[in-house]
Amino acid sequence: MAELTYRDAVARGIAQEMARDPDVVFLGEDVAKAGGVFKATVGLLEQFGPVRVRDTPISEQAILGAAMGAAMTGLKPIAEIMFSDFFAVCFDYIANEFAKSRYMSNGQLKCPLVVRTGNGAGSRFGAQHSQSVENWCMMIPGLKVVAPSTPRDVIGLLAAAVRDPDPVIFLEHKSLYPTKGEVPEGEIVDALGSARIVRRGKDATILALALMVPRALEAAETLKVQHGIDCEVIDVRSLVPLDTQTILGSVGRTHRLFTVEENPRLCGWGAEIVSIVADEAFYELDGPPVRITTPHIPLPAADILEDMALPTVPRIAERVRKSLQS
Amino acid sequence: MQDKPTNPTDGRPGINDDIGEQLRLRMYRMQFELREAEQRAFDLFLQNLVKGTSHLSLGQEAVATGFAAAMKPGDLSFCTYRGHAHTLARGVPVEKVLGELMQRDNGLMRGKGGSMHLTSAEHGVMGSYAIIGAHLPIACGAAWRAQYKGDKDVSVCFFGDGTTNIGAFHEALNFAAVWKLPVIFVCENNLYMEYTPIGDVTAVAHPAADRAASYGLERILIDGNDADVVYRAAASAYEKARAGGGPSLIECLTYRYSGHSRADPAKYRPEGELERWKERDPIKIYRERLKQFGIGDQVVLDIETQVRRELDEATEKCKAAAMPPLDILSTDVYADGGFAWRN
Repeated sequence: MAELTYRDAVARGIAQEMARDPDVVFLGEDVAKAGGVFKATVGLLEQFGPVRVRDTPISEQAILGAAMGAAMTGLKPIAEIMFSDFFAVCFDYIANEFAKSRYMSNGQLKCPLVVRTGNGAGSRFGAQHSQSVENWCMMIPGLKVVAPSTPRDVIGLLAAAVRDPDPVIFLEHKSLYPTKGEVPEGEIVDALGSARIVRRGKDATILALALMVPRALEAAETLKVQHGIDCEVIDVRSLVPLDTQTILGSVGRTHRLFTVEENPRLCGWGAEIVSIVADEAFYELDGPPVRITTPHIPLPAADILEDMALPTVPRIAERVRKSLQS
Repeated sequence: MQDKPTNPTDGRPGINDDIGEQLRLRMYRMQFELREAEQRAFDLFLQNLVKGTSHLSLGQEAVATGFAAAMKPGDLSFCTYRGHAHTLARGVPVEKVLGELMQRDNGLMRGKGGSMHLTSAEHGVMGSYAIIGAHLPIACGAAWRAQYKGDKDVSVCFFGDGTTNIGAFHEALNFAAVWKLPVIFVCENNLYMEYTPIGDVTAVAHPAADRAASYGLERILIDGNDADVVYRAAASAYEKARAGGGPSLIECLTYRYSGHSRADPAKYRPEGELERWKERDPIKIYRERLKQFGIGDQVVLDIETQVRRELDEATEKCKAAAMPPLDILSTDVYADGGFAWRN
């Protein structure tokens, strides 16, 4: 075991897959010579050379279109879109093209590609460089959507994404890049579509994704220490495929459900999960499911405002306490 | 742009020029088949047997024919929603195309794609794309794969004049030029973006050719109604791409006889314009070309009879074909064959 940052885990994950399979190629803006604006891809150019690790112009449509054409014809591209907010300028590829080509062609075409992107708030970048867009992606049939919260999961889920035969949106949280975690030596390969129970508890189930996972864990500690409330925390990890069995199993034990979502409230991933739980585990619930989300607002730049927008540890803890003690 | 017969042999002038008799007969047959098939598609609308929308290439047959004739097996085509002709030109059976237009189980994609998304990977037709400009970057990606793997195939991307004003066109041209990709961009300038004349909405007179210099590419503007001219331009672009010389952008001047889509009667066209273009009809031009090279009327007539017979047979097969089975509604969303998004 060695300690690695989430940022370095990205480069290690890509390197692991590029070393394994010569069909894996990597392209994006400033990813090669500069090593990425978040320095998450440092060293890949030196290790794999300019034919496999390629800088592109600022052309998000060309990046995703090229990744798609390459994937359709035999490569396994990893494409970087620097900020997930920029999905909006190349959304045709995400929503209309590589998500649908298999279906429209009746199975003739395939698009085994990965789109990596820096997602989420915390950098005080304002409304166009801070969004959590997982809900933009989750709603599109044909895509898979994952969002790791730890360095180990970055490597394992990235490997699973590269090896997956479907297009995968891989959401890296910008605020998690400097965080550290234990990572074993050697190859790490995870599975898409499995949630992880990161804290056992009996009083409530808290679901979280990416940056919200450490916050939910901290809130759970606070609740335990200050109020004796014992929460189970689940890192959802993969929105599509969604591990509903782990979630339903947990709700069956705790009988209460909370979601902690960074995406703005409307149509957030938690709404879909609450709907599933209402359909399939309604009589397991001892109280209404509660969604703790960013409000339905664009994100502000000022730190005190941005901090107020996202679910915080005190807000999560307070909301859970109030619900359980009312 | 007038083709001049050369190398007279056999008493027939020019029959063994760079194109030759066999290929010319093949190109005539192809243009005639495209014309008849599109006309049949139109007739089938009127009988309410083709549902949804449809975008015909009537009048633009020489472009699809000339390019397809210059391709090698393994070359890849990327088409637009106006893609019936380009799909047929790669050798896809007309029954499969009409079947898809009629949304039957015998269609290319069993009715799951429809008229705007014709795809036949086994023939190198890597999809027809209904979002303007989307397929230019995608063709770049296929060309990147060829370059990366050392494959010798070339990707060609067909689009209309309207596409030259969308961002993806410019992103793809720059990207292909910088990466020196083996890709050919073919603009079929039929003078109308959809309903609006392209000249009314474009800063330059020739929407593709006049932009070539921006990407360090040669300005290529050709008569898109003469299959020989198209073939020669295509062959030269393929040769350049295969030799590692990078992309080409070719603007083909042509004209569509029908409206933009099924819903469009094309009333916006000035009086006499259609008639003037019909004087330069690609099939008419090519019939005269064959005559010029000494090919007899009977040969031409035999080709036409055979094409019509095959088309009639295909039409009947499609009319008799089953509708798609309902269980394919949710197949092939994901690679496991199904649509499961949860456990």
